[in-house]
Amino acid sequence: MTILPENFENERTLSPMFSSFMKEFKLNQLFRKCSIRKEKGIPVGRFIKNYLVPRFVQYILVTFLGLSTAFFLPRFLPMDPIKQQLSQYQAFGVYIPPEQLEEIMGTLKQLYGLEGTLFEQYINFWKRLFKGEFGPSLARYPTPVIQVIAQSLPWTVGLLILTTVLSWIVAVIAGGIAGYYRGRWMEILDGIVMVVRPIPYYIMSLLCLILFAYLFPIFPLSGGIGVGRELSLSWETMKSIVLHGTLPALTLLIVGIAWQFQSMKLIIQGVRSEDYVWYMKAAGVKEQRIVFRYVIRNAMLPMITQLGLQFGTIFSGALVTEMVFAYPGVGWILYDAVMRGDYNLIMGIMCISVVAVTTSIFLLDLIYPLFDPRVRYR
Amino acid sequence: MRKSKSLFRDLTKDSRFTIAFVILLVLVSLAILSCFSPYHPQRMYQVPRGRPPSWTHPLGTNWLGQDVFWQLTFAVKNSLLIAIVASSISRVIAILVGMGAGYRGGVIDRILMTAGDTTMVLPILVVLILVSTILREWARYLTNLGLLLAFFSWAWDARVIRSQILSLREREFTFVAVLSGMRTIKLVLKQYLPHVLPVILSTLINNMSWAIGMEITLAYLGLGIDPTVPTIGTMLQTAIYRQALFLRLWWWLLTPIITGIFLFIALYWLSVVVSEYLDPRTRFQRIGIR
Repeated sequence: MTILPENFENERTLSPMFSSFMKEFKLNQLFRKCSIRKEKGIPVGRFIKNYLVPRFVQYILVTFLGLSTAFFLPRFLPMDPIKQQLSQYQAFGVYIPPEQLEEIMGTLKQLYGLEGTLFEQYINFWKRLFKGEFGPSLARYPTPVIQVIAQSLPWTVGLLILTTVLSWIVAVIAGGIAGYYRGRWMEILDGIVMVVRPIPYYIMSLLCLILFAYLFPIFPLSGGIGVGRELSLSWETMKSIVLHGTLPALTLLIVGIAWQFQSMKLIIQGVRSEDYVWYMKAAGVKEQRIVFRYVIRNAMLPMITQLGLQFGTIFSGALVTEMVFAYPGVGWILYDAVMRGDYNLIMGIMCISVVAVTTSIFLLDLIYPLFDPRVRYR
Repeated sequence: MRKSKSLFRDLTKDSRFTIAFVILLVLVSLAILSCFSPYHPQRMYQVPRGRPPSWTHPLGTNWLGQDVFWQLTFAVKNSLLIAIVASSISRVIAILVGMGAGYRGGVIDRILMTAGDTTMVLPILVVLILVSTILREWARYLTNLGLLLAFFSWAWDARVIRSQILSLREREFTFVAVLSGMRTIKLVLKQYLPHVLPVILSTLINNMSWAIGMEITLAYLGLGIDPTVPTIGTMLQTAIYRQALFLRLWWWLLTPIITGIFLFIALYWLSVVVSEYLDPRTRFQRIGIR
């Protein structure tokens, strides 16, 4: 790339040459597309056998093991939900004669679905799972687990989808630009990110809480909605929800953007030194066009993977952030469930989260060959 | 010796390394200073409570009558101890599993990798909360918590090591070594280990900051370490639990937060510089899963 005239970068001065180059470039691309299509027709059988089937088997196996762990692990908790229930009754001043105690415990076990050996319970668990239910919540009996989760899921999912998508978009664009161009501003931006990136989200949320809720009380300290407010579609309620959600969202955004900005920037720095970028620059393609049409798009692939993986982790919630802000999401009820020995609720949340993660990995594996033809021939 | 000296000089050319190194040096000397503390770390009401920073108490005293500065020295020592235990043991597991799976292949490979994948798929924080609730008495001790953390953080690195071994196994020097009758153990230790060492080193530092972070998270939820033993996490938890902010004892709350931030920044910069130095291509590993 050394023997170029100095004015080579200007598009207008070489328009005839440039147009012929672009024609060739497009032809090349067309040719490449055709050749891929031609090859694609042949190895479909091999593709299914070597790529799809092993991945599917892996998916089923890992999901099975993960779900089994979700069943067994909570059952080793030292809290006995039945004894807790009994002591709760006794705390209200109910006197239970010792001869009735056994009977009551038996009935509770039956109600909770805890009778029989561990193995029988395990079989029951799978039977129920295929019907799509996890049984009743033990601490909030008889509300079904599904209903408890359904109440808190909108809070978490709303918060996390918004922050995940928003931080992804901002990080991809900002990281792409910062990775491609160099200059004073980029260095300052990079310096800020280098400091923010290693700060974990729970410390960030504490900092935000101290800053914006205590020192400068702009936002409310805790909760998902004002005290005593009913959920409705009125203007006041909406405002309250947004106000309560701002701080958790802000911390998740800052951490998410810094983390993905860094990855995007590194990928871009790898892509920008590739030959085709030099080629286009030499041919006088506008810088903007190179960045947005080619470089960023080529760097998207690992970023799409990251986004997919993050969607998988949404369902286990941002536990500590929710704890810090007392936000009524999945993380909050999960912690509550662990403390009260609510096996079924823990199991339900863990199952949903395991299935979400494995499924999103599997789906990524499925769509990956569509984006990247190189994967098909591995 | 001369080699390590020139390596050090090369690394200090990056200002980030110098800053990170100085921060870590300060923190380590704080940890060493804890041996000379005039106060017992767990006893309360040894000094007047709620005093702001002064000459006798450089970082003030907390509401429990403990000197915050000397508490901090113990906290840094204990947090670093957990990090070192967790990261070194998880590294040993990762090396064993990765090399075993990569070199042997076949059924062993498949079993080990499925086990690793399963630990990666589980919501790790939830599992850690559950396990540390189940083993509450056991996880109260520093080294035990380190072991627990180690058990959940080897999978990703084992995968990376395995993939490296897979490609090394096909290289010619392996055939030469096998044909000349080198024992498998010696082959793995002498020929393969140097190749995977860079990865191990850069993930070691990442893993340390992960372990410290997990300790803080668990302590924040009131789990893990015995809350009277000072670590960065338990200091933070005590300050929040005793409403330090509303008592206007900001030095009590901010000390663990700022120390934590410095520690995380130092470890991150160190890992960035080291991995860039070792191999520019390992940049991508930093993007990592965590």
